Amino acid sequence: MSKKQDKNNTGCNGVSAAKRRTLKALGAGLAAASSPLWFPRAYAASEPIKIGAQLHRTGIGASYGRWYERTAAAAVKLINEQGGINGRPVELIVEDDGTDPKRGTEVLEKFATQHKVDVAYGTLFSHVVIGSSPRAGELKLPYVVCSEGHHVASGQLNRYVFQPGITDVRSQVISMAPWISSNLGKKVTMIFPDFAFGHDHRDYFSQAIADQGGEVLELIAVPPTETSFTRYFPRIPRDTEVLYHVMVGPGVLTFVKEMGQHFGKKRPEIFGFIDSLEAVDLATPQLEFLEGTYFWEGSPRYAQSNQTEFDKQYRAAVGVDDSGASIADPKDISTYSHMFSCWESLFIIKEAMELAGYRSAADKTAFIEAMESLQKFDQGLAHPQGNKIFNPKLHQSFGHQHISKVGSGGVLEVVHKTSIEDGIYDSDVDYTKMAL
Amino acid sequence: MDFGPFLFLATLEGLVQAAVLCLTALGLSLVFGVMRVVNVAHGEFYMLGAVLAYWVTSWLAGSPAIGFALALLIAPLLVGVIAYLSEKLVLRRLGYDPEATIVATIGILYILQQSALLTFGPDARPVEPPFYFRVEFPWFGYSGYKLIVVAAAAVLLALAWFVITRTRLGLIMRATQFDRQTAQNYGIDVNRVYALVFAAGAAFAAIAAVLIVPIQQAHYLMGGDPLLLAFIVVIIGGLGSVRGTLLAALLIGLSDGILSVFFSPTLAKMVSTTLVALVLVFKPEGLFGHRSRL
Amino acid sequence: MSNGLKSAVLHTAVVVGFLLLQYVLPEYHLLSVTRIMLLAVFAMGFNLLFGYTGLLSLGHAMFFSAGMYGAGLSVYHLGWSVPTAFIFGILCGALLGFLIGLIALRTTGVAFMIVTLMFAKVTYLVIVYFTQYTRGDEGLVMPAESRSFDLFGMHFSLTDSVTRYNLALGLLALTMFIVFLLVRGRFGRSLIAIRENESRTKMLGYNTFFIKLKALTVSAALSALSGSAYALMFAYIGSSFANIQYSIDPLLYSLLGGAGTILGPVFGTFTMFYLIDIASEYTSAYLLVTGIVLVILVLYFPRGVFGAIRQNFCRWLP
Repeated sequence: MSKKQDKNNTGCNGVSAAKRRTLKALGAGLAAASSPLWFPRAYAASEPIKIGAQLHRTGIGASYGRWYERTAAAAVKLINEQGGINGRPVELIVEDDGTDPKRGTEVLEKFATQHKVDVAYGTLFSHVVIGSSPRAGELKLPYVVCSEGHHVASGQLNRYVFQPGITDVRSQVISMAPWISSNLGKKVTMIFPDFAFGHDHRDYFSQAIADQGGEVLELIAVPPTETSFTRYFPRIPRDTEVLYHVMVGPGVLTFVKEMGQHFGKKRPEIFGFIDSLEAVDLATPQLEFLEGTYFWEGSPRYAQSNQTEFDKQYRAAVGVDDSGASIADPKDISTYSHMFSCWESLFIIKEAMELAGYRSAADKTAFIEAMESLQKFDQGLAHPQGNKIFNPKLHQSFGHQHISKVGSGGVLEVVHKTSIEDGIYDSDVDYTKMAL
Repeated sequence: MDFGPFLFLATLEGLVQAAVLCLTALGLSLVFGVMRVVNVAHGEFYMLGAVLAYWVTSWLAGSPAIGFALALLIAPLLVGVIAYLSEKLVLRRLGYDPEATIVATIGILYILQQSALLTFGPDARPVEPPFYFRVEFPWFGYSGYKLIVVAAAAVLLALAWFVITRTRLGLIMRATQFDRQTAQNYGIDVNRVYALVFAAGAAFAAIAAVLIVPIQQAHYLMGGDPLLLAFIVVIIGGLGSVRGTLLAALLIGLSDGILSVFFSPTLAKMVSTTLVALVLVFKPEGLFGHRSRL
Repeated sequence: MSNGLKSAVLHTAVVVGFLLLQYVLPEYHLLSVTRIMLLAVFAMGFNLLFGYTGLLSLGHAMFFSAGMYGAGLSVYHLGWSVPTAFIFGILCGALLGFLIGLIALRTTGVAFMIVTLMFAKVTYLVIVYFTQYTRGDEGLVMPAESRSFDLFGMHFSLTDSVTRYNLALGLLALTMFIVFLLVRGRFGRSLIAIRENESRTKMLGYNTFFIKLKALTVSAALSALSGSAYALMFAYIGSSFANIQYSIDPLLYSLLGGAGTILGPVFGTFTMFYLIDIASEYTSAYLLVTGIVLVILVLYFPRGVFGAIRQNFCRWLP
């Protein structure tokens, strides 16, 4: 993770300039603080729009972080090729949050006070987002996250935080519960990571399956840093019809392997979130037992027969082949179900900034109001995953979900696609009423 | 699951845990026994072993068994060399002062761990077991390879015991441990013994890692847990006692395995860590140790 | 000038220096130095035990997090006011220090290091285990109501970076003053006597166990003060603050600056914080710096910067 690599990944030279600044900053303290005043106006116009990307380069989310960085860099490259935002180039400044909420907040502070970014742009793991968001509010820094959790739409965060690029967990599970209960079974045991994201699954899926006349027999929470899982399996009741699993962290492959060792052929129906095998090759030995099980996918990892032109272009831009692996290294599997949110969020930032006529940090309020004026996103190169509707009161998007069946060789084939309406829920949260 | 099979599974998990503990703790115990220093970087030697196993097996894309066998040779050798160098460059210059050594090995811990992050990257990567089969019990299935690990641990332990008690090398080690000065007077090159013992301890950690990594995954942060567990085992077993280490590993492994299955793994770790701290305070020679003999 | 006066002038100058620094520092560094001052309090607390008493704890993260969770949880769950929660956090740390001391001080040397390491691990696991209240790894964000408070008729807003800076500076000055008084007094001399030769001190009729217990309690209370302030000022508590890293850091800061000096830990914290900050611009493996600095210090500069200054130039340095 050398300096050089940063440059390559983000595709812009601004990063190194930012780094040089840090080194000088102590000595040149006063000068740096007041420097914007000296710049001639003409120069300011071509100054890049700075987007601070808070990403998991290390820690338990590192495999997501790597692909989020690639996806974001590819989107920025495309945006700049198309003329940037309001005629200004976009510069992505990446900081590692270590998948740690503590460092996440420090990264946001650094964005606001040192890099002076226009927008902070976020990360996956829900605990980092939840930890960072209040600081974004205090710093009055718009914070666009790609984290999937229900925390934005739940109303627990603040007006500066948006999640326009990916559907939240609550909506995802509501839209899929009917399919699960009518096709797989009604008695469900859930295995989920013991933190916010997993709790969203626990709370909203339990509710959703009960609404379908099903029930959850047992809830098995696993710490996200766990490395050995066999000891959790005996708690799965024998009359379980559907095992619902969602796991994150470096141990995911071990988790799925041990699940296979435990059940063998005598398994219940298994429905998993692809999170349990994101960035993992499904053709890995010992995963054969997964054949015939089902996964949620945000965006189908394997190019489907009805693949859109946009998905093709998006794959090519990010460097992903038709089976979801890196073109450069077929052993490097992408986090395809999630990373589209990084791409789409950047195009949404662009759309809102253009709508607001965004020029400088003084227009932050206008930017937030422009974000809150958005209603829907049409499928296209900017939104390759599909069309979405955006609820400005919740700061949250709602899109389509996919249920895929594992075929031979681990190939995933979409068997069901939910409609947007399937995932709509009532809520009286309204961020637009909060003060700015 | 019914109580019987539940207990059976818990016992199996406990045995595997005990084997893992034995393998990781043995090197630490050896180093402490002979050199009277605590090597906090022990877990990182373990991690290096796993990472090297990944590299060797992924270079040899053919049969996993050949790659694995090669890893079993190369990883301990390389890790042993790294340990040998750090002993020569750092520990020896500190005169094996116990407290300074701990601080220095904390430094080495970070250097090794972060170097792995720089080269190996932040991802967890799988290593194929040399052979894979599933043992089918009426109530559940179990990884056959895990049972092989238990057997391998028993063999390695027997080997270590044989070397220490029945060979000239072992005699020299025991002599050095017993009284450094006298050993030196009898013409034993104590510095060399120390360097070799330190390297051997690290190599043992690497062997343990190669054996264990197929049931986990190679990851740059994987050294933390085994280190703590190895500490626990060595302390309960009596610092520097091989027999004590074995008994302690069985006790801790089984109780941890069973507690984790019936209660919660976090609670199990909490209980065992507290107990160990108390043993160290109130019975510093360990539960099975008789004062500082191998 | 007498030695006492000299050192009083020096330490006042350092505090005044920090006071003036806020007028030149750009925003980001204002924030960094705020953190540095709080962490320096932690390091000074650690150093009281390590540098002056000769007891090396590898588990001070537990006292830091006792303060952090004592303050944070009482604000979050019980809605206590900031000053009350702050004091409560310190008390939690002091109590934990006292209890741990009762057990751990039966050991010395390596055993003491390992026992404290183990207890710190247990503390971490306790935080993770009671995730219902602490939310484990995820942590808790302090509610908006706790971002300001009134005290002595003044209003303090913790979202204001200058207010935070000066509060942190106040705590740093207070800690320096406390440590200064302690180590220059009878108590300090008995600590140093224990460090140099415990059995002789015992023979001279001192109850060394009690003195060490007192030192550990004060050390834990200062560490908790730092953790408590950190939680309230930066509005976040999480289990990352309880991991082994936070036990190693104060050791590193003290060693670098000079164990057994008052200004050493402050200097060490400042230097390491910026070293790590700069290193993290270049690599994710920035903790490599921690490792390298530790090894170099142990091998070549066991006295640290201020230790060397004291030895060679100003013997009066406390």
